[in-house]
Amino acid sequence: MTKNIMIVGVGGQGSLLASKLLGHLLLTQGYDVKVSEVHGMSQRGGSVVTYVRFGEKVYSPIIDKGEADFIVSFEKLEAARWVEYLREGGRIVVNTQEINPMPVITGAAEYPDHLIEKMEALGIQVDAMDCLSLAEQAGSAKAVNIVLMGRLSRYFDIPVDTWKEAIRACVPAKFVELNLKAFDLGRA
Amino acid sequence: MKELMLGNKALARGLYEAGCSVISSYPGTPSTEITEEAAKYDEIYCEWAPNEKVAMEVAFGASLAGKRSFCGMKHVGLNVAADPLYTCSYTGVNGGMVICVADDAGMHSSQNEQDSRHHAIAAKVPMLEPSDSAEALEFAKRAYELSEEFDTPVIIKMCTRVAHSQSVVETGSRVVPPQIPYEKNIAKYVMMPGNAKRRHPIVEERMRRLTAYADDCCFNRVEMGDTKLGIITSSTSYQYAKEVFGDQASILKLGMVNPLPEKLILDFAAKVDKLVIIEELDPIIENHCRQLGLEVTGKDVLPMEDEFSQNLIAQKLGVKVPAGKKLDDVLPPRPPMMCAGCPHRGLFYTLARNKCTVLGDIGCYTLGAVAPLSAMEMTLCMGASISAIHGFNKANGRESEGKTVAVIGDSTFMHSGMTGLANIAYNQSNSTVIILDNSITGMTGHQQNPTTGYNIKGDPAGKIDLEALCRAMGFARVRVVDPYNLAECDAAVKEELAAEEPSVIISRRPCALLKYVKAKPALKVEEENCTGCRSCMRLGCPAISVKNKKASVDATLCVGCGVCQQLCKFDALKAQEV
Repeated sequence: MTKNIMIVGVGGQGSLLASKLLGHLLLTQGYDVKVSEVHGMSQRGGSVVTYVRFGEKVYSPIIDKGEADFIVSFEKLEAARWVEYLREGGRIVVNTQEINPMPVITGAAEYPDHLIEKMEALGIQVDAMDCLSLAEQAGSAKAVNIVLMGRLSRYFDIPVDTWKEAIRACVPAKFVELNLKAFDLGRA
Repeated sequence: MKELMLGNKALARGLYEAGCSVISSYPGTPSTEITEEAAKYDEIYCEWAPNEKVAMEVAFGASLAGKRSFCGMKHVGLNVAADPLYTCSYTGVNGGMVICVADDAGMHSSQNEQDSRHHAIAAKVPMLEPSDSAEALEFAKRAYELSEEFDTPVIIKMCTRVAHSQSVVETGSRVVPPQIPYEKNIAKYVMMPGNAKRRHPIVEERMRRLTAYADDCCFNRVEMGDTKLGIITSSTSYQYAKEVFGDQASILKLGMVNPLPEKLILDFAAKVDKLVIIEELDPIIENHCRQLGLEVTGKDVLPMEDEFSQNLIAQKLGVKVPAGKKLDDVLPPRPPMMCAGCPHRGLFYTLARNKCTVLGDIGCYTLGAVAPLSAMEMTLCMGASISAIHGFNKANGRESEGKTVAVIGDSTFMHSGMTGLANIAYNQSNSTVIILDNSITGMTGHQQNPTTGYNIKGDPAGKIDLEALCRAMGFARVRVVDPYNLAECDAAVKEELAAEEPSVIISRRPCALLKYVKAKPALKVEEENCTGCRSCMRLGCPAISVKNKKASVDATLCVGCGVCQQLCKFDALKAQEV
């Protein structure tokens, strides 16, 4: 059975490292893995999505509506935008940070209220946390991605040390300690 | 060793293992990483060419010299390179020559959704279409064998979902075949009419041999399952079809999409009750099947536009799909936008303030068309801004000359803006051209170009002087402005539009995302001074918003460019000490 993880956020937030880490980790666990990324125009502050799929044999590189086991969101509005992709019984892990899109910046639209509560009202399991503060606590606002991975790791039957080995393999040596700390803070 | 690899990187690995020696490409999403990854192998000579036509001709030259060569481009790039493509089909090759074209169904980062298979058909060259990274690697290697065996350039067609998906590959080692000696052969390589007339039948014969080859080649395969439904498909559509039907259908998976097999398809059709063709964009396999006299389902149920997905295919073919839950709220969209500190912003603000008619081009700066600046009214293809302003002004005369500008980036200008500028110089329209020189090819992810002074490996290289180039073409009015200085931009735009001769304004400042560009500290809002007038909001900078009727600067985004300060009449935006 193929499992599906969607990573969503705003272009430039560092979702490529998160998908690299997951891809590496799942491959070492003996799964077939596919990761689909978006490059180019959308990376300029637009809404971005990365698909990670793993299982015995994975065909499609993308995840469709009603299929995701997990949505990992770097930003609150983006979690709400992609919620339709979650399968029945799926879970959202979301950073509660708000990043205003251009229509909100220009005053043409409002940033919607109570998104977490509204998602919960649909019967969705939402695991929301302020990853930005935790990342800053770990030493860099850029570590939001690894804080989120720490949180996600709670829901996987993979030993913590295996996750940490994957971090060591995917992150430049000088940032390993910072990211391990970010992972622990996310998982705690 | 098994590893997870991006489709484009896997293709580059295949080029490396096949002993490819010379690569020349022009960046374009979703093809760029092929050449970037190949450039990491010291054994391959790699370069960014000014455009795809040049790249393909460089690759042809290297093939002529007897070495295996490659050029890569996006779908619209193949239009630019169509000229050499159609004729090197006639000359054939010496060393193997492989071309990659990456289509963008769904237009993630493109101006149209054309199907590149038409080029392969029209140019009469074989086209391979991998469906994942392992095939991208394998097909790249085999493409060289095909090229040399059939004396033809070979095209590998990627699409966004294959190019930008990672899947598992197994790598091998590099084997470089001996260089094939170059021999003078005027009848084969000089395509004047008499020689070309003799080459054309050779091309037709080659296509007949390739069609027979397609019946029994390593690129096409049959996967028999339930025979009630037979599917013919290729590329990423194959993956979606497998996802939906598994072994509940029989599949003919085509890895060679030009020429298409005949016997293989007829034999497959005879084994299944119903035949469905699943292909993104145009009905090419479908029309081929109809020509073979087969009754098929295809574009009567599947769309011609946009990319496919497993759910789309399932729904259109009557298979139930899972449903997700949606919020009732209308969520504000998050379109891409110019980055905080983008040097293009100040210039587009100036053009909007002056109510200019702006004819645009292809690059990050196309985002100048997005609200609130909305300062671009046309984007067609690479280089069209400069050619089109000439036509626009010739049609409208003095009135439009005084308020119309063309904007084009440094890399796009080198690609195909220069020839349009030559036309203005030669045929004399009083046009104002603005080169947005951010010293890099931005949108595709920071590739060097002939104006930056560095090559693909980041080593010092030749550097074209834009001012000298424009002057040499005969432009007396060439001036450079700093787009962070709004007063300077405003004066330049007003003066050059008023001038009685054509002019070039070079708006020069490096992309704010370049590593060597050091950001200044984020600005701070002096809340007592801020009246909430929203003047700063007219820039559409993602770092500025209004909270509780006061401007607010996001310190994680602001790079201290200071453009917003110049719009504030109340001294509310303050620069901070380093």
